[in-house]
Amino acid sequence: MPLIEFQDFSFKYYGADFLALKKVNLTISEGEYVVITGPSGCGKTTLCRTINGLVPQFHRGYIAGNVLVDGKNTRDHTVAEMATIAGLVFQQPENQLVTLNVEKEIAFGPENLGVDPVEVRHRVEELISLLDLEHLRDKHPHEMSGGEQQRVAIASILALKPKIMVADEPTSNLDPKNAELILDIIAGLNKRDMTVILVEHRLDLVSKDASRIVLMNDGRIVADGTPRNILVKDLCQEIGVGVPKATLVYKSLKNRGIDLGSVPLTGEELATLVKEAS
Amino acid sequence: MIILENVHFAYDGIYTALQGVSLQIDDGERIAIMGTNGAGKTTLVKQLNGLLRPHRGRVILDGIDTKRYSVAELARHIGLVMQNPDHQLFLDSVEKEILFGLKQLGFSSEDARIRCESTLLNLGLDSLADRSPFTLSGGERKRVALASVLATEPRVLVLDEPTIGQDAKQKENLAQMLRDLNEKGRTVIVVTHDIEFVIENFPRTVAMANGTVIADGPTSSVLSNDDVIERCSLTAPQLTLAARSIHAIHPDVSERLTLLSNLEEEIVRVLRGA
Repeated sequence: MPLIEFQDFSFKYYGADFLALKKVNLTISEGEYVVITGPSGCGKTTLCRTINGLVPQFHRGYIAGNVLVDGKNTRDHTVAEMATIAGLVFQQPENQLVTLNVEKEIAFGPENLGVDPVEVRHRVEELISLLDLEHLRDKHPHEMSGGEQQRVAIASILALKPKIMVADEPTSNLDPKNAELILDIIAGLNKRDMTVILVEHRLDLVSKDASRIVLMNDGRIVADGTPRNILVKDLCQEIGVGVPKATLVYKSLKNRGIDLGSVPLTGEELATLVKEAS
Repeated sequence: MIILENVHFAYDGIYTALQGVSLQIDDGERIAIMGTNGAGKTTLVKQLNGLLRPHRGRVILDGIDTKRYSVAELARHIGLVMQNPDHQLFLDSVEKEILFGLKQLGFSSEDARIRCESTLLNLGLDSLADRSPFTLSGGERKRVALASVLATEPRVLVLDEPTIGQDAKQKENLAQMLRDLNEKGRTVIVVTHDIEFVIENFPRTVAMANGTVIADGPTSSVLSNDDVIERCSLTAPQLTLAARSIHAIHPDVSERLTLLSNLEEEIVRVLRGA
Protein backbone atom coordinates (compact mmCIF):
# COMPACT_ATOMS: atom_id res chain seq x y z
CA MET A 1 0.00 0.00 0.00
CA PRO A 2 1.37 3.46 -0.86
CA LEU A 3 2.05 5.77 2.08
CA ILE A 4 0.57 8.84 0.41
CA GLU A 5 -2.06 8.77 -2.28
CA PHE A 6 -3.66 11.75 -4.01
CA GLN A 7 -6.73 10.65 -5.95
CA ASP A 8 -7.96 13.25 -8.45
CA PHE A 9 -7.53 15.83 -5.71
CA SER A 10 -8.55 19.44 -6.35
CA PHE A 11 -8.64 22.29 -3.87
CA LYS A 12 -9.71 25.92 -3.90
CA TYR A 13 -9.04 28.12 -0.86
CA TYR A 14 -12.11 29.71 0.69
CA GLY A 15 -12.58 33.10 -0.99
CA ALA A 16 -10.21 32.39 -3.88
CA ASP A 17 -11.51 32.34 -7.43
CA PHE A 18 -9.15 29.71 -8.81
CA LEU A 19 -8.09 26.17 -7.96
CA ALA A 20 -4.77 25.87 -6.11
CA LEU A 21 -4.60 22.16 -6.98
CA LYS A 22 -6.22 20.69 -10.07
CA LYS A 23 -6.98 16.96 -10.23
CA VAL A 24 -3.70 15.91 -8.69
CA ASN A 25 -2.84 12.21 -8.81
CA LEU A 26 0.28 11.27 -6.92
CA THR A 27 1.45 8.13 -5.17
CA ILE A 28 4.39 8.12 -2.78
CA SER A 29 5.77 4.98 -1.16
CA GLU A 30 7.53 4.55 2.15
CA GLY A 31 11.21 5.56 2.11
CA GLU A 32 11.09 7.83 -0.93
CA TYR A 33 12.78 11.24 -1.05
CA VAL A 34 10.57 13.36 -3.26
CA VAL A 35 11.46 16.90 -4.27
CA ILE A 36 8.51 19.04 -5.31
CA THR A 37 9.45 21.95 -7.52
CA GLY A 38 7.89 24.42 -9.94
CA PRO A 39 7.29 28.15 -10.42
CA SER A 40 6.21 30.22 -7.42
CA GLY A 41 2.45 30.11 -6.99
CA CYS A 42 2.11 26.70 -8.69
CA GLY A 43 0.63 24.93 -5.67
CA LYS A 44 3.69 23.44 -3.92
CA THR A 45 2.86 24.84 -0.48
CA THR A 46 -0.77 23.78 -0.83
CA LEU A 47 0.37 20.25 -1.67
CA CYS A 48 2.51 20.20 1.51
CA ARG A 49 -0.39 21.43 3.64
CA THR A 50 -2.53 18.69 2.19
CA ILE A 51 -0.25 15.90 3.34
CA ASN A 52 -0.52 16.77 7.04
CA GLY A 53 -4.19 17.71 6.84
CA LEU A 54 -3.81 21.50 7.25
CA VAL A 55 -5.74 21.43 3.97
CA PRO A 56 -8.70 20.94 4.45
CA GLN A 57 -8.84 20.85 8.26
CA PHE A 58 -7.32 24.30 8.93
CA HIS A 59 -7.31 25.95 5.50
CA ARG A 60 -10.90 25.50 4.41
CA GLY A 61 -12.21 25.53 0.88
CA TYR A 62 -13.71 23.59 -1.98
CA ILE A 63 -12.49 19.99 -2.26
CA ALA A 64 -12.84 17.29 -4.86
CA GLY A 65 -11.13 13.90 -4.76
CA ASN A 66 -9.29 12.42 -1.79
CA VAL A 67 -5.91 12.34 -0.12
CA LEU A 68 -5.01 9.21 1.84
CA VAL A 69 -2.01 9.35 4.12
CA ASP A 70 -1.03 6.11 5.79
CA GLY A 71 -4.51 4.87 4.95
CA LYS A 72 -6.23 7.85 6.59
CA ASN A 73 -8.41 10.15 4.53
CA THR A 74 -7.41 13.74 5.38
CA ARG A 75 -11.06 14.76 5.12
CA ASP A 76 -11.83 12.69 8.22
CA HIS A 77 -8.85 13.19 10.53
CA THR A 78 -7.74 16.21 12.55
CA VAL A 79 -4.36 17.90 12.14
CA ALA A 80 -3.44 16.57 15.59
CA GLU A 81 -4.06 13.01 14.39
CA MET A 82 -2.17 13.60 11.16
CA ALA A 83 0.76 15.24 12.98
CA THR A 84 1.99 11.90 14.27
CA ILE A 85 2.10 10.61 10.69
CA ALA A 86 3.35 13.63 8.75
CA GLY A 87 5.40 16.49 10.25
CA LEU A 88 5.66 19.82 8.44
CA VAL A 89 8.77 22.02 8.57
CA PHE A 90 8.15 25.61 7.48
CA GLN A 91 10.35 28.01 5.55
CA GLN A 92 10.64 30.40 8.49
CA PRO A 93 11.44 28.52 11.71
CA GLU A 94 10.42 31.60 13.70
CA ASN A 95 6.84 30.95 12.52
CA GLN A 96 6.99 27.50 14.06
CA LEU A 97 8.78 27.86 17.39
CA VAL A 98 6.47 28.63 20.29
CA THR A 99 8.22 28.00 23.62
CA LEU A 100 11.04 29.50 25.66
CA ASN A 101 13.83 26.99 25.26
CA VAL A 102 14.94 24.07 23.18
CA GLU A 103 13.94 21.32 25.63
CA LYS A 104 10.42 22.71 25.99
CA GLU A 105 10.14 23.20 22.25
CA ILE A 106 10.94 19.57 21.52
CA ALA A 107 8.67 18.34 24.32
CA PHE A 108 5.76 20.58 23.28
CA GLY A 109 4.29 18.32 20.59
CA PRO A 110 4.34 14.97 22.41
CA GLU A 111 3.21 16.60 25.69
CA ASN A 112 0.18 18.01 23.91
CA LEU A 113 -0.64 14.61 22.53
CA GLY A 114 -0.51 13.14 26.05
CA VAL A 115 2.62 11.04 25.59
CA ASP A 116 3.95 9.57 28.86
CA PRO A 117 6.42 12.07 30.49
CA VAL A 118 9.16 9.45 30.77
CA GLU A 119 8.88 8.79 27.06
CA VAL A 120 8.82 12.55 26.30
CA ARG A 121 12.04 13.01 28.29
CA HIS A 122 13.59 10.12 26.39
CA ARG A 123 12.65 11.59 23.00
CA VAL A 124 13.96 15.04 23.96
CA GLU A 125 17.37 13.63 24.92
CA GLU A 126 17.55 11.47 21.82
CA LEU A 127 16.81 14.42 19.53
CA ILE A 128 19.14 16.83 21.31
CA SER A 129 21.89 14.35 20.62
CA LEU A 130 20.80 13.47 17.04
CA LEU A 131 20.59 17.11 15.93
CA ASP A 132 23.58 18.34 17.94
CA LEU A 133 21.60 20.77 20.08
CA GLU A 134 23.31 20.18 23.45
CA HIS A 135 24.92 23.65 23.55
CA LEU A 136 21.54 25.24 22.82
CA ARG A 137 19.55 23.28 25.41
CA ASP A 138 18.54 26.27 27.57
CA LYS A 139 18.55 28.90 24.88
CA HIS A 140 15.56 30.94 23.78
CA PRO A 141 14.82 30.37 20.08
CA HIS A 142 15.32 34.10 19.38
CA GLU A 143 18.90 33.86 20.62
CA MET A 144 19.74 31.32 17.95
CA SER A 145 20.84 31.68 14.34
CA GLY A 146 18.43 30.75 11.55
CA GLY A 147 20.19 27.42 11.01
CA GLU A 148 20.00 26.57 14.71
CA GLN A 149 16.32 27.51 14.80
CA GLN A 150 15.64 25.27 11.83
CA ARG A 151 17.39 22.34 13.57
CA VAL A 152 15.17 22.89 16.60
CA ALA A 153 12.09 23.03 14.37
CA ILE A 154 13.09 19.71 12.80
CA ALA A 155 13.66 18.20 16.26
CA SER A 156 10.24 19.36 17.42
CA ILE A 157 8.67 17.67 14.40
CA LEU A 158 10.62 14.45 14.91
CA ALA A 159 9.48 14.34 18.55
CA LEU A 160 6.10 13.21 17.27
CA LYS A 161 7.77 10.24 15.55
CA PRO A 162 6.16 10.85 12.17
CA LYS A 163 6.65 8.50 9.22
CA ILE A 164 6.78 11.42 6.82
CA MET A 165 8.66 14.69 6.93
CA VAL A 166 7.29 17.43 4.71
CA ALA A 167 9.63 20.43 4.44
CA ASP A 168 8.54 23.57 2.60
CA GLU A 169 11.68 25.42 1.44
CA PRO A 170 13.35 24.82 4.80
CA THR A 171 16.67 26.38 3.83
CA SER A 172 15.74 29.43 1.77
CA ASN A 173 16.58 31.89 4.56
CA LEU A 174 19.85 30.19 5.48
CA ASP A 175 23.37 30.81 4.27
CA PRO A 176 24.70 28.05 2.01
CA LYS A 177 26.72 26.22 4.69
CA ASN A 178 23.78 26.11 7.07
CA ALA A 179 21.50 25.12 4.20
CA GLU A 180 23.82 22.23 3.40
CA LEU A 181 23.82 21.14 7.04
CA ILE A 182 20.00 21.07 7.19
CA LEU A 183 19.76 19.22 3.87
CA ASP A 184 22.34 16.68 5.09
CA ILE A 185 20.23 16.11 8.21
CA ILE A 186 17.14 15.56 6.04
CA ALA A 187 19.01 13.18 3.70
CA GLY A 188 20.27 11.32 6.80
CA LEU A 189 16.71 10.93 8.11
CA ASN A 190 15.68 9.55 4.72
CA LYS A 191 18.45 6.95 4.95
CA ARG A 192 16.93 5.94 8.28
CA ASP A 193 13.64 5.16 6.51
CA MET A 194 11.92 8.51 6.90
CA THR A 195 9.82 9.39 3.86
CA VAL A 196 10.77 12.92 2.81
CA ILE A 197 8.78 15.41 0.75
CA LEU A 198 10.83 18.56 0.18
CA VAL A 199 9.84 21.72 -1.66
CA GLU A 200 12.85 23.44 -3.16
CA HIS A 201 13.76 25.78 -6.02
CA ARG A 202 17.50 25.26 -5.76
CA LEU A 203 17.76 21.85 -7.34
CA ASP A 204 21.55 22.04 -7.40
CA LEU A 205 21.41 21.52 -3.62
CA VAL A 206 18.97 18.62 -3.43
CA SER A 207 19.00 16.63 -6.66
CA LYS A 208 21.86 14.39 -5.53
CA ASP A 209 19.88 13.16 -2.51
CA ALA A 210 16.42 12.92 -4.06
CA SER A 211 15.04 9.69 -5.46
CA ARG A 212 12.37 11.53 -7.39
CA ILE A 213 11.39 14.96 -8.64
CA VAL A 214 7.78 16.02 -9.06
CA LEU A 215 7.41 19.07 -11.26
CA MET A 216 4.32 21.24 -10.77
CA ASN A 217 2.89 24.07 -12.84
CA ASP A 218 -0.37 25.93 -12.37
CA GLY A 219 -1.81 23.52 -9.80
CA ARG A 220 -0.98 20.40 -11.78
CA ILE A 221 1.75 17.78 -11.80
CA VAL A 222 3.43 18.12 -15.18
CA ALA A 223 6.37 15.73 -14.81
CA ASP A 224 7.40 13.04 -12.35
CA GLY A 225 10.51 10.87 -12.41
CA THR A 226 14.14 10.50 -11.30
CA PRO A 227 16.22 13.70 -11.12
CA ARG A 228 18.35 12.64 -14.09
CA ASN A 229 15.27 12.01 -16.23
CA ILE A 230 13.36 15.13 -15.25
CA LEU A 231 16.11 17.75 -15.23
CA VAL A 232 17.12 17.21 -18.86
CA LYS A 233 13.61 17.98 -20.09
CA ASP A 234 13.22 21.29 -21.92
CA LEU A 235 9.98 21.72 -19.97
CA CYS A 236 12.04 22.55 -16.86
CA GLN A 237 13.55 25.63 -18.46
CA GLU A 238 10.28 26.56 -20.15
CA ILE A 239 8.42 26.85 -16.85
CA GLY A 240 11.36 28.31 -14.98
CA VAL A 241 12.78 25.49 -12.88
CA GLY A 242 16.32 26.06 -11.57
CA VAL A 243 18.14 23.26 -13.35
CA PRO A 244 21.63 22.61 -11.86
CA LYS A 245 24.29 24.41 -13.91
CA ALA A 246 26.21 21.15 -14.41
CA THR A 247 23.11 19.61 -15.99
CA LEU A 248 22.69 22.67 -18.24
CA VAL A 249 26.28 22.28 -19.48
CA TYR A 250 25.51 18.63 -20.28
CA LYS A 251 22.40 19.63 -22.27
CA SER A 252 24.18 22.39 -24.09
CA LEU A 253 27.05 20.06 -25.08
CA LYS A 254 24.59 17.46 -26.27
CA ASN A 255 22.95 20.02 -28.55
CA ARG A 256 26.39 20.59 -30.05
CA GLY A 257 26.89 16.89 -30.70
CA ILE A 258 28.95 16.03 -27.61
CA ASP A 259 27.34 13.34 -25.48
CA LEU A 260 28.88 12.90 -22.03
CA GLY A 261 27.04 9.59 -21.65
CA SER A 262 25.22 10.26 -18.40
CA VAL A 263 23.50 13.26 -16.81
CA PRO A 264 25.55 15.12 -14.18
CA LEU A 265 23.76 16.75 -11.23
CA THR A 266 26.82 18.26 -9.53
CA GLY A 267 30.02 20.02 -10.57
CA GLU A 268 32.07 17.00 -9.51
CA GLU A 269 29.97 14.65 -11.63
CA LEU A 270 30.39 16.95 -14.62
CA ALA A 271 34.17 17.09 -14.14
CA THR A 272 34.38 13.29 -13.85
CA LEU A 273 32.43 12.84 -17.09
CA VAL A 274 34.63 15.33 -18.92
CA LYS A 275 37.78 13.61 -17.64
CA GLU A 276 36.47 10.22 -18.75
CA ALA A 277 35.59 11.54 -22.20
CA SER A 278 38.92 13.31 -22.79
CA MET B 1 27.61 58.75 -3.56
CA ILE B 2 27.29 57.04 -0.19
CA ILE B 3 30.18 56.86 2.24
CA LEU B 4 30.15 54.82 5.44
CA GLU B 5 32.87 55.95 7.82
CA ASN B 6 33.84 53.53 10.55
CA VAL B 7 30.22 52.65 11.36
CA HIS B 8 29.56 50.85 14.66
CA PHE B 9 26.21 49.54 15.80
CA ALA B 10 24.95 47.34 18.66
CA TYR B 11 21.29 46.37 19.01
CA ASP B 12 21.19 46.18 22.78
CA GLY B 13 24.51 47.73 23.66
CA ILE B 14 25.96 44.25 24.18
CA TYR B 15 25.98 42.33 20.92
CA THR B 16 27.96 44.33 18.40
CA ALA B 17 26.41 43.90 14.98
CA LEU B 18 28.73 46.31 13.14
CA GLN B 19 32.22 47.06 14.32
CA GLY B 20 33.84 49.70 12.18
CA VAL B 21 32.49 49.32 8.66
CA SER B 22 33.88 51.70 6.04
CA LEU B 23 32.61 51.61 2.50
CA GLN B 24 32.30 53.90 -0.49
CA ILE B 25 29.44 53.33 -2.91
CA ASP B 26 29.53 55.37 -6.11
CA ASP B 27 26.49 56.34 -8.13
CA GLY B 28 25.53 53.71 -10.70
CA GLU B 29 27.30 50.77 -9.06
CA ARG B 30 25.92 47.25 -8.74
CA ILE B 31 27.13 45.78 -5.46
CA ALA B 32 26.45 42.49 -3.69
CA ILE B 33 26.89 42.16 0.07
CA MET B 34 27.54 38.58 1.15
CA GLY B 35 28.24 36.90 4.48
CA THR B 36 27.06 34.34 7.03
CA ASN B 37 23.73 34.53 8.86
CA GLY B 38 24.45 37.13 11.54
CA ALA B 39 27.41 38.81 9.79
CA GLY B 40 25.72 42.21 9.93
CA LYS B 41 24.49 42.53 6.34
CA THR B 42 20.92 43.52 7.17
CA THR B 43 22.11 45.83 9.94
CA LEU B 44 24.39 47.49 7.40
CA VAL B 45 21.72 48.15 4.79
CA LYS B 46 19.33 49.52 7.42
CA GLN B 47 21.97 52.19 8.16
CA LEU B 48 21.66 53.40 4.58
CA ASN B 49 18.03 54.55 4.81
CA GLY B 50 18.15 55.56 8.46
CA LEU B 51 16.06 52.72 9.90
CA LEU B 52 19.07 52.23 12.14
CA ARG B 53 21.57 54.97 12.99
CA PRO B 54 25.28 54.47 13.70
CA HIS B 55 26.31 54.51 17.36
CA ARG B 56 29.73 55.58 16.21
CA GLY B 57 30.92 56.69 12.79
CA ARG B 58 28.94 58.35 10.00
CA VAL B 59 26.84 57.61 6.94
CA ILE B 60 27.25 60.32 4.33
CA LEU B 61 24.92 60.77 1.35
CA ASP B 62 26.21 63.16 -1.32
CA GLY B 63 28.46 64.91 1.18
CA ILE B 64 25.83 65.33 3.90
CA ASP B 65 25.70 63.30 7.12
CA THR B 66 22.43 61.33 7.03
CA LYS B 67 21.76 62.09 10.68
CA ARG B 68 20.39 65.41 9.35
CA TYR B 69 17.71 63.51 7.40
CA SER B 70 14.57 61.77 8.60
CA VAL B 71 13.77 58.25 7.36
CA ALA B 72 11.03 59.80 5.20
CA GLU B 73 13.54 62.17 3.57
CA LEU B 74 16.01 59.35 2.98
CA ALA B 75 13.23 57.25 1.43
CA ARG B 76 13.18 59.71 -1.48
CA HIS B 77 16.72 58.66 -2.33
CA ILE B 78 17.05 55.14 -1.02
CA GLY B 79 14.48 52.37 -1.47
CA LEU B 80 14.81 49.30 0.72
CA VAL B 81 13.09 45.97 0.15
CA MET B 82 13.22 43.95 3.35
CA GLN B 83 14.01 40.26 3.55
CA ASN B 84 10.59 39.25 4.84
CA PRO B 85 7.79 40.65 2.63
CA ASP B 86 5.33 40.26 5.50
CA HIS B 87 7.19 43.05 7.31
CA GLN B 88 6.43 45.36 4.43
CA LEU B 89 3.05 44.56 2.88
CA PHE B 90 -0.11 45.97 4.50
CA LEU B 91 -2.75 46.79 1.88
CA ASP B 92 -5.51 44.53 0.57
CA SER B 93 -4.58 44.48 -3.11
CA VAL B 94 -1.35 44.09 -5.01
CA GLU B 95 -2.10 47.18 -7.09
CA LYS B 96 -2.82 49.37 -4.04
CA GLU B 97 0.41 48.17 -2.50
CA ILE B 98 2.41 49.34 -5.53
CA LEU B 99 0.50 52.63 -5.91
CA PHE B 100 0.96 53.52 -2.24
CA GLY B 101 4.69 54.23 -2.41
CA LEU B 102 4.35 56.04 -5.74
CA LYS B 103 1.70 58.37 -4.33
CA GLN B 104 3.67 59.00 -1.15
CA LEU B 105 6.59 60.08 -3.28
CA GLY B 106 4.42 62.51 -5.21
CA PHE B 107 4.03 60.81 -8.60
CA SER B 108 0.94 61.98 -10.50
CA SER B 109 -1.85 59.40 -10.63
CA GLU B 110 -1.34 58.94 -14.37
CA ASP B 111 2.40 58.42 -13.97
CA ALA B 112 1.84 56.15 -10.95
CA ARG B 113 -0.60 54.01 -12.92
CA ILE B 114 1.83 53.59 -15.84
CA ARG B 115 4.71 52.68 -13.54
CA CYS B 116 2.54 50.28 -11.58
CA GLU B 117 1.39 48.47 -14.71
CA SER B 118 4.83 48.10 -16.22
CA THR B 119 6.39 46.92 -12.95
CA LEU B 120 3.65 44.33 -12.42
CA LEU B 121 4.17 43.10 -15.97
CA ASN B 122 7.95 42.90 -15.63
CA LEU B 123 7.71 40.88 -12.42
CA GLY B 124 5.01 38.53 -13.70
CA LEU B 125 2.41 39.94 -11.31
CA ASP B 126 0.01 41.46 -13.86
CA SER B 127 -2.59 38.72 -13.46
CA LEU B 128 -2.49 39.16 -9.67
CA ALA B 129 -3.10 42.94 -9.55
CA ASP B 130 -6.46 42.69 -7.78
CA ARG B 131 -5.53 39.90 -5.37
CA SER B 132 -4.82 40.48 -1.71
CA PRO B 133 -1.09 39.95 -1.07
CA PHE B 134 -2.03 37.74 1.87
CA THR B 135 -3.59 35.15 -0.45
CA LEU B 136 -0.43 34.90 -2.55
CA SER B 137 2.37 32.37 -2.29
CA GLY B 138 5.62 33.23 -0.48
CA GLY B 139 7.49 33.83 -3.74
CA GLU B 140 4.70 36.02 -5.12
CA ARG B 141 4.52 38.11 -1.92
CA LYS B 142 8.24 38.67 -2.18
CA ARG B 143 7.81 39.96 -5.72
CA VAL B 144 5.03 42.33 -4.62
CA ALA B 145 7.38 43.81 -2.01
CA LEU B 146 10.07 44.17 -4.69
CA ALA B 147 7.60 45.73 -7.12
CA SER B 148 6.42 48.32 -4.58
CA VAL B 149 9.94 49.69 -4.36
CA LEU B 150 11.19 49.04 -7.90
CA ALA B 151 8.22 51.00 -9.30
CA THR B 152 9.48 54.18 -7.62
CA GLU B 153 12.91 53.81 -9.27
CA PRO B 154 14.84 55.27 -6.32
CA ARG B 155 18.36 56.54 -6.97
CA VAL B 156 19.68 53.83 -4.69
CA LEU B 157 17.92 50.50 -4.59
CA VAL B 158 18.69 48.19 -1.68
CA LEU B 159 17.31 44.64 -1.81
CA ASP B 160 17.66 42.26 1.14
CA GLU B 161 17.66 38.66 -0.16
CA PRO B 162 15.57 39.36 -3.27
CA THR B 163 15.85 35.86 -4.75
CA ILE B 164 14.32 33.90 -1.84
CA GLY B 165 11.46 31.74 -3.06
CA GLN B 166 11.99 32.73 -6.70
CA ASP B 167 12.17 30.19 -9.48
CA ALA B 168 14.81 30.47 -12.21
CA LYS B 169 12.60 32.43 -14.59
CA GLN B 170 11.55 35.00 -11.98
CA LYS B 171 15.15 35.37 -10.91
CA GLU B 172 16.16 36.17 -14.49
CA ASN B 173 13.28 38.68 -14.83
CA LEU B 174 14.42 40.37 -11.64
CA ALA B 175 18.04 40.45 -12.81
CA GLN B 176 16.94 42.03 -16.07
CA MET B 177 14.94 44.73 -14.26
CA LEU B 178 17.90 45.51 -12.03
CA ARG B 179 20.21 45.78 -15.04
CA ASP B 180 17.72 48.10 -16.79
CA LEU B 181 17.43 50.35 -13.73
CA ASN B 182 21.19 50.33 -13.37
CA GLU B 183 21.58 51.42 -16.99
CA LYS B 184 19.34 54.38 -16.18
CA GLY B 185 21.96 55.32 -13.59
CA ARG B 186 20.41 53.78 -10.48
CA THR B 187 22.69 52.28 -7.86
CA VAL B 188 21.75 48.69 -6.98
CA ILE B 189 22.80 47.03 -3.72
CA VAL B 190 21.75 43.47 -2.87
CA VAL B 191 22.26 41.37 0.21
CA THR B 192 22.24 37.73 -0.80
CA HIS B 193 23.59 34.21 -0.30
CA ASP B 194 22.91 33.39 -3.93
CA ILE B 195 26.42 33.14 -5.33
CA GLU B 196 25.35 32.40 -8.91
CA PHE B 197 23.03 35.43 -8.94
CA VAL B 198 25.97 37.56 -7.80
CA ILE B 199 28.47 36.17 -10.30
CA GLU B 200 26.06 36.75 -13.17
CA ASN B 201 24.86 40.22 -12.21
CA PHE B 202 27.08 42.10 -9.78
CA PRO B 203 30.56 43.38 -10.71
CA ARG B 204 31.50 44.28 -7.10
CA THR B 205 31.17 42.15 -3.97
CA VAL B 206 31.55 43.19 -0.34
CA ALA B 207 32.09 40.18 1.94
CA MET B 208 31.24 40.51 5.63
CA ALA B 209 31.93 38.46 8.75
CA ASN B 210 31.37 39.32 12.42
CA GLY B 211 30.27 42.87 11.73
CA THR B 212 33.29 43.80 9.60
CA VAL B 213 34.12 43.92 5.90
CA ILE B 214 36.60 41.13 5.17
CA ALA B 215 36.87 41.66 1.41
CA ASP B 216 35.70 44.26 -1.07
CA GLY B 217 36.46 44.26 -4.78
CA PRO B 218 35.64 42.75 -8.15
CA THR B 219 33.26 39.81 -7.69
CA SER B 220 35.45 37.45 -9.67
CA SER B 221 38.40 37.92 -7.33
CA VAL B 222 36.48 38.19 -4.03
CA LEU B 223 34.58 34.97 -4.73
CA SER B 224 37.64 33.10 -5.99
CA ASN B 225 39.18 33.50 -2.54
CA ASP B 226 38.69 30.28 -0.57
CA ASP B 227 39.15 32.09 2.72
CA VAL B 228 36.27 34.45 1.89
CA ILE B 229 34.08 31.55 0.75
CA GLU B 230 34.78 29.76 4.04
CA ARG B 231 34.28 32.75 6.34
CA CYS B 232 31.07 33.77 4.56
CA SER B 233 29.69 30.21 4.85
CA LEU B 234 29.29 30.11 1.10
CA THR B 235 29.71 27.06 -1.06
CA ALA B 236 31.60 27.34 -4.33
CA PRO B 237 29.26 27.25 -7.33
CA GLN B 238 28.94 23.97 -9.23
CA LEU B 239 30.72 25.31 -12.27
CA THR B 240 33.69 26.57 -10.24
CA LEU B 241 34.02 23.12 -8.63
CA ALA B 242 33.81 21.50 -12.06
CA ALA B 243 36.37 23.92 -13.53
CA ARG B 244 38.81 23.28 -10.68
CA SER B 245 38.51 19.57 -11.02
CA ILE B 246 38.96 19.64 -14.81
CA HIS B 247 41.90 22.04 -14.38
CA ALA B 248 43.70 19.40 -12.31
CA ILE B 249 43.87 17.17 -15.42
CA HIS B 250 43.84 19.85 -18.11
CA PRO B 251 45.88 22.72 -16.67
CA ASP B 252 45.07 24.93 -19.65
CA VAL B 253 41.43 25.11 -18.48
CA SER B 254 41.16 28.05 -16.10
CA GLU B 255 40.20 27.02 -12.58
CA ARG B 256 38.45 30.33 -12.05
CA LEU B 257 35.81 29.94 -14.72
CA THR B 258 32.42 30.72 -13.37
CA LEU B 259 30.09 31.48 -16.27
CA LEU B 260 28.35 28.61 -18.03
CA SER B 261 29.22 29.73 -21.56
CA ASN B 262 32.94 29.98 -20.70
CA LEU B 263 33.12 26.53 -19.16
CA GLU B 264 31.14 25.04 -22.01
CA GLU B 265 33.61 26.45 -24.57
CA GLU B 266 36.55 25.11 -22.58
CA ILE B 267 35.01 21.63 -22.40
CA VAL B 268 34.30 21.66 -26.13
CA ARG B 269 37.92 22.64 -26.75
CA VAL B 270 39.26 19.91 -24.45
CA LEU B 271 37.04 17.20 -25.92
CA ARG B 272 37.33 18.17 -29.58
CA GLY B 273 41.05 18.76 -29.24
CA ALA B 274 41.57 15.35 -27.63
